[in-house]
Amino acid sequence: MDAPLATSEAVVTAAPASRIDFEVIASLVRPGSRVLDVGCGDGSLLQILQTRRQVDGRGIELSQAGVNECVAKGLSVIQGDADRDLVHYPDDAFDYVILSQTIQATRNPKLVLQDLLRIGRRAIVSFPNFGHWSIRLSLGLYGRMPVTRNLSQSWYETPNIHFCTIRDFDGLVKEIGAKVETATALDATGQQMGMRMPWAFWNLFGEQAVFVLSRS
Amino acid sequence: MTIKAAGQLRKAETARNEAVEPSGPVAHFGPDEPLRLDAGRELSPFQIAYNTYGTLNADRSNAIYVCHALTGDHHVASTNPVTGRDGWWSSIIGPGKPIDTDRYFVICSNVIGGCMGSTGPASIDPATGEPYGLDLPVLTIRDMVRAQAMLVDRLGIDTLFAVIGGSMGGMQCLQWAVSYPERVFAALPIATGARHSSQNIAFHEVGRQAVMADPDWRAGRYILEGTRPHKGLAVARMAAHITYLSEAALQRKFGRNLQDREVLGFGFDADFQIESYLRHQGMTFVDRFDANSYLYMTRAMDYFDIAGDFGGRLGDAFKNTRTRFCLVSFSSDWLFPTEESRAVVHALNAAAASVSFVEIETDRGHDAFLLEEPEFFGAIRGFLSSAARARGIG
Repeated sequence: MDAPLATSEAVVTAAPASRIDFEVIASLVRPGSRVLDVGCGDGSLLQILQTRRQVDGRGIELSQAGVNECVAKGLSVIQGDADRDLVHYPDDAFDYVILSQTIQATRNPKLVLQDLLRIGRRAIVSFPNFGHWSIRLSLGLYGRMPVTRNLSQSWYETPNIHFCTIRDFDGLVKEIGAKVETATALDATGQQMGMRMPWAFWNLFGEQAVFVLSRS
Repeated sequence: MTIKAAGQLRKAETARNEAVEPSGPVAHFGPDEPLRLDAGRELSPFQIAYNTYGTLNADRSNAIYVCHALTGDHHVASTNPVTGRDGWWSSIIGPGKPIDTDRYFVICSNVIGGCMGSTGPASIDPATGEPYGLDLPVLTIRDMVRAQAMLVDRLGIDTLFAVIGGSMGGMQCLQWAVSYPERVFAALPIATGARHSSQNIAFHEVGRQAVMADPDWRAGRYILEGTRPHKGLAVARMAAHITYLSEAALQRKFGRNLQDREVLGFGFDADFQIESYLRHQGMTFVDRFDANSYLYMTRAMDYFDIAGDFGGRLGDAFKNTRTRFCLVSFSSDWLFPTEESRAVVHALNAAAASVSFVEIETDRGHDAFLLEEPEFFGAIRGFLSSAARARGIG
């Protein structure tokens, strides 16, 4: 049977730089601060932060290849993951703890978020918005789990097990009693969406969101 | 006497000569420079046999101290005078290799208590004119490192660019960072831990009991009495060797394959390849290693417990450290499992130290640190290169 549905219809064009959130995150970090990047990949964000913001940066990364790349770049990165390793860091160890595009892959996002705010005075969390219109379209109209350029793996192979919308995330922030210092949504072109736009608008047109949280 | 037996005897004689009068460089420390020991006594005079590779730069800033493991020695990247084989880490140390002797000045010494030229139980006790045997005080990893620091002083080096070691060498590496934090720019502890576990002490005790149960051990006075407890030492080595491998690797290499036969022998010869392999490991080991030294080395590892030295808080051992660390573990190492390295990483994180950590996927067990593993070599090369940039080494 030739299913008419195809992935191409569900594919959404992502921003030219797939990790456009790095730019936004870098702009949110105060120069000279102590930063932990959880799920730091090949260390690109840490490098941006070190050169542009002169931070004292550390990282945690799950993949051996990623850790090796980081180590070769001179970054201090340990092999580990958010669920298991954050608990071992002391309180207030960092000015910022960054979790970029990772929270949806953690086993226990709530505990991870609480740990972020325990070991960092601020947490910067970016995540793909599952409320984006293209995802709603894919699921609602085509009846298929979305495969986009940002979320390029099928449901059976994706490490992303805890998707949320911007609204969902805001709900979790309230539940753990944290404070949203700033929040930004990025549209499909990677542009920051207007601050005055209503939440519902962000939740529909924001492809990614970046939150800065602190303890209330 | 068979040719094989003659060869073994010759090797044992060479080993004995190397223990007393090593063929390479030796640093002598006279009565004015005693080695203060954790046992509360002093060792004096004493000597350290060592090798160096590469050239010390004008700033004296490119020295790397390589610490050897339990049965290793200072012939790390050059031919071993006893076995005639390449140095035990020749694959990683040399021109253009991860520990690049075109850039770095590499020092490796035989540990105190060893049997390849540094003062140990086979050395002559000046008080009696006889080999120390068990009269040598029990030594610790900290004692070994204290002696190494005296050698580094003697070589006119203030701060080491890096200290690197696997297993017992990794213990020394950690101890360096704890005892002399200001003298260690970078530390690379590999396949190690901050303490010896109960299971590891247990295996060592089996080995020691095997040595001491050999009637030729003669309460440690075998050199004087002209005997050699090679049967006991071989058993100790066989038991220990199993812990350096992994079940998966043994199965892959040997399986249940038979040795030089088609059917089971219904006897107690080495029917299986694994038995033959272990017997060979035991036999070749006793030709090159001193039995008493084996007791002292294993004891030193058993006593190692950095947290214990700091009221049970490992993080306190690394307080205010400025050393940059890179720890490496191997996924199939059950002697020093990844969790042991992770515990050190967590302590270093708690101390806000600069620390990297990578677990290498391999089925080759603890001994993987002696083997060519591309990811492992990549991590070492990358870490050292970036640290060298930070240190201003060209």
